[in-house]
Amino acid sequence: MKRIAAALVILAIAVAAVFFWLTAPNPLPVDILAGMDEGDAMAGERIFNAGGCNSCHGGKDPAADTLPMLGGGLALKTPFGTFHAPNISPDPDTGIGKWSGADFANAMMRGVSPSGQHYYPAFPFTSYARMKPGDVADLWAYIKTLPAVARANVPHELSFPFSVRRGLGLWKLLYLSPDPVVAIDETDEKLVRGRYLVEGPGHCGECHTPRSLIGGLDKARWLGGGPAPEGDGKIPNITPDASGIGSWSAEDIAYSMESGFTPEFDSLGGSMADVQRNIARLTAEDRQAIAAYLKAAPPVASSR
Amino acid sequence: MHKLILGMAAAMFLTTGVANADAISDRKAAMKSNGGAIGTLVKMVKGEMDYDPAAALAAFTTIREDMEGFEDLFPEDSMTGDTTASPKIWEDMEGFKAAVAKVEADLDAAIAAAPQDKAAFMPVFQQVAGNCQACHETYRIKK
Repeated sequence: MKRIAAALVILAIAVAAVFFWLTAPNPLPVDILAGMDEGDAMAGERIFNAGGCNSCHGGKDPAADTLPMLGGGLALKTPFGTFHAPNISPDPDTGIGKWSGADFANAMMRGVSPSGQHYYPAFPFTSYARMKPGDVADLWAYIKTLPAVARANVPHELSFPFSVRRGLGLWKLLYLSPDPVVAIDETDEKLVRGRYLVEGPGHCGECHTPRSLIGGLDKARWLGGGPAPEGDGKIPNITPDASGIGSWSAEDIAYSMESGFTPEFDSLGGSMADVQRNIARLTAEDRQAIAAYLKAAPPVASSR
Repeated sequence: MHKLILGMAAAMFLTTGVANADAISDRKAAMKSNGGAIGTLVKMVKGEMDYDPAAALAAFTTIREDMEGFEDLFPEDSMTGDTTASPKIWEDMEGFKAAVAKVEADLDAAIAAAPQDKAAFMPVFQQVAGNCQACHETYRIKK
């Protein structure tokens, strides 16, 4: 009997050890982190617009003509609980003003905080993991030029087991990968650029792709739309299927991103309105690249 | 007793089933007509069609007529059913009415301006078209 008890204790310790080993945060390699404080703020503004950081971190009524105020505040109501977008302004006390470039890169590309905790994937580091380190450095340089906003963060409201951050280490083993999702002709520069914008900084798949029961993206239904992960209604299918936007030409897609009007002269509304205004600030070439990629992505039939 | 409850449930089902389909179809028809008029304007914006002052004026007038009384097409019993109207309309009817009043004012200004060339038309179009997304951002959900 004593032997069984001892064996159980040893087994429990072994399981705990494996859990800790598997769920350990995994920061970026040192050589990538080394260049993180040498970014170009001007170039970073374009990355900022591609990512639409302001849409979640900019508070409720971001004014179009002023500098982004990244005090956070948007509440994302999801099946797992409510996530509150944090302050990412350069305020040293309530924001990320004390961070180094390496801290920022680990947050963006590995979902790891400066103190070594896992971030929840409501922050779409699963997409940002595909970003070029140079772009992350540029973005960091830009964010540091923005106004400091003093606003204390609101803790997320999550239920067990999602309230245990360490468990996210297992989730990351399943769902965090820097590999591209869609196979394309790697010599086609326009497609490669479009894929980078959509799958990386633009993080389009985070809303437009349905999720599994534990919140991972269902890559077999990439960009196929589905129930909105937060709030009401549905997220449109943006694949070239007939139930998606198969009837839109590449030029239609690019124009909708520029103007906010669909080919039927409806307007892009809801949370896409803010996304569209950000993409409208990119270059025409970037919008054409996004359109070319969306035409080349595998068609997915909408589930209904 | 059971029959009474069943009867009440059936009555409720029937009343929600019809959920003011008239208001819903009327506002859909207005928006579809707006889409057609915007389509004409966008063709001129993109240069797919030469700027035609009469066609532009006609399109602005169509949208203005469609928007007349649009805010009255949202009675309480038209919140559910085959509609993409957001419940926010009924939570914030004042804000919604103000948004309709704004597009009406911008359309009145566009019709009064009656732009004669494309350079004059572009800012007028932008002023009107901005209303579409501003309203759909808050007061519509995708289904």
